[in-house]
Amino acid sequence: MATESAPLGQAPNSSLDTLARRERGRLFGLLFPGLFWLIVFFALPLVVILLYSFLTPGPTGNVIWKFTLDNYITLFTKDLYVNAYVRSLWIGLVTTVVCLLIAYPLALYIVQRSPRWRNLLLFLVLIPFWTNFLVRTYAWMIILANNGVINSLLQAVGLPRQTLLNTTGAVLVGLIYGELPFMVLPIYASIDRFDFTLLEAASDLGASRARAFLRVMLPLTMPGVAAGSVLVFIPTVGQFVVSDLLGGAKVDMLGNLLQRLFTRSNPPNWPLGSAMALVFMLVLTVAIIFYFRTTTEEDR
Amino acid sequence: MKDGYAIEMRDIVKRFGDVNAVDHVTMEIRNGEFFSMLGPSGCGKTTSLRMIAGFEYPTSGEIYLNGTSIGTTPPFQRNVNTVFQSYALFPHMSVAENVAFGLQMKKVPREEIGRRVDEALDMVRLTGYGERRPRQLSGGQQQRVALARALVNRPDVLLLDEPLGALDLKLRKEMQIELKRLQERVGITFIFVTHDQEEALTMSDRIAVMSEGKVLQVGTPTEIYERPNCRFVADFIGESNFIRGQVSALNANDVTVTDGKGLTLRGQMVQPLQVGDDVYVSIRPEKARLSVQRPSEPPNNLFPVTVDRVAYIGSDTRIMVQLGQDQLFDVWEQNTRSTVDRDAYWQRGEQGFLWWPAENALVLKD
Repeated sequence: MATESAPLGQAPNSSLDTLARRERGRLFGLLFPGLFWLIVFFALPLVVILLYSFLTPGPTGNVIWKFTLDNYITLFTKDLYVNAYVRSLWIGLVTTVVCLLIAYPLALYIVQRSPRWRNLLLFLVLIPFWTNFLVRTYAWMIILANNGVINSLLQAVGLPRQTLLNTTGAVLVGLIYGELPFMVLPIYASIDRFDFTLLEAASDLGASRARAFLRVMLPLTMPGVAAGSVLVFIPTVGQFVVSDLLGGAKVDMLGNLLQRLFTRSNPPNWPLGSAMALVFMLVLTVAIIFYFRTTTEEDR
Repeated sequence: MKDGYAIEMRDIVKRFGDVNAVDHVTMEIRNGEFFSMLGPSGCGKTTSLRMIAGFEYPTSGEIYLNGTSIGTTPPFQRNVNTVFQSYALFPHMSVAENVAFGLQMKKVPREEIGRRVDEALDMVRLTGYGERRPRQLSGGQQQRVALARALVNRPDVLLLDEPLGALDLKLRKEMQIELKRLQERVGITFIFVTHDQEEALTMSDRIAVMSEGKVLQVGTPTEIYERPNCRFVADFIGESNFIRGQVSALNANDVTVTDGKGLTLRGQMVQPLQVGDDVYVSIRPEKARLSVQRPSEPPNNLFPVTVDRVAYIGSDTRIMVQLGQDQLFDVWEQNTRSTVDRDAYWQRGEQGFLWWPAENALVLKD
């Protein structure tokens, strides 16, 4: 038996090796397009930005090859920049929380309809995407403007005009409006998977409706809440279109400053912009890691 | 509170749209008994159970728990617990956390919770499984966690909604015995909903047979099987031959029925009848006999028959015979002798005599 198995054992082994190699080749084939794209268009520019952030800005918007930490020092000491960070994170947080408070009950309502109504309601949630985001934001300008729709109505019933446009409130309204579907959809998906018998079981075991929700339904739909929050928070913090159009020049978010540093200011200051973008990435990454830590704890 | 009724349902109606899912049901369930609601799907048994649990409120009628009306008391304020068909264990909690949930809701002190959870897990033979997640357990183990989670609260009544339905046959039989033993040990009233008649017969002290929202018969397993009060019950519980006919004579409990095609049968009366009533004579297949020779002392019901089909199923041989012109009749013979001799078994086309004592035939209305 032993003499027989030795030569037999070798042949399949080498062909197994070939198989494994072929398998690895196939997997790499799947990976390659994505990897190529990310390296060329994401990783390399990131390296450039990292490099720039330690260089000195020149007088004509050029970059002088001289190492410096000034860019970072400016970011953490000048009120303009510190405030922009705080404001952006704050606006992101408020937008996320308000979206959450609107989206969760809405998603729950939709899940509990009959299949026909569900599809219709989901369709309605998605309908704004059919129109360009910029156009929709201009529409908000028309609604909120000093002689816009709301103020005309106020005037018609004899109330004084309000300043609505070019305020933080206007920016928040525009952001919440725009981001809401991104919160509704993941929450809808996780509530749809939720087994409502579990709520009956909790109630049967003595939990009031509120406690059954907090102890059973919320933890089990947390993946949707977490996904929705990230999908809303990240683009919101980096927004510059909504804050530009609805906030005027008065509500500066990170995106607005970045845009200015890279293109509009005279001269452009790429090193400072690069440093700002990197710190921004770092802050977001830390915030998101922290968020996932606290929300997914329940499940492990 | 050992005497009296744990649950009383008084003229309960539950209407969904324009359908009466439960249609004027009145039932009393005694303290400490193992009570089953048995019927095909859509008979109202699960809806009745859900009304006792508080997940549905009756459209009309009253439900009493230990003499107190609980008609619209929400589930979390009733001392009643449920074992769900799908178990409904909380997937994000460990086994111990699942079992502790009810006690936490009642604000039981922490040390007592720990002790009672351990006791409950011991009781269902899951000692040491407290740290696992429900999804790491087999179906039978999940079932036992669901039981422990309910029983740990010491409910007045435990409701079980087809809890064995998802288990395979062998495990189901084991769980039947275990459930019954557990019920005897804890002395809590169990209300068990099932569509499986064997399950109900095996475990129950009493059974309510339901159909189309109504209770047809309530009785012990023996009563239900041996003295069904209508054709539906006789048909749903076990198997039975039904011969349709009309009552032609009545003599005390002794009923004579003719089928209009030349058959005259004698059976016993189990409900009031009059001459001329349309009836079914019901004879269980194991309560009739088939013999080659004409019996020396001919009984009331004796018919020459031809064997139509024979099915050997191991413990029994099931013989389908042709009775009269077009009546097929099922007879089961226990295989009490171990033999492979073909002549020991009936063969297709053989002639014989089918007979049964009048007391084994019940005359039932539809």
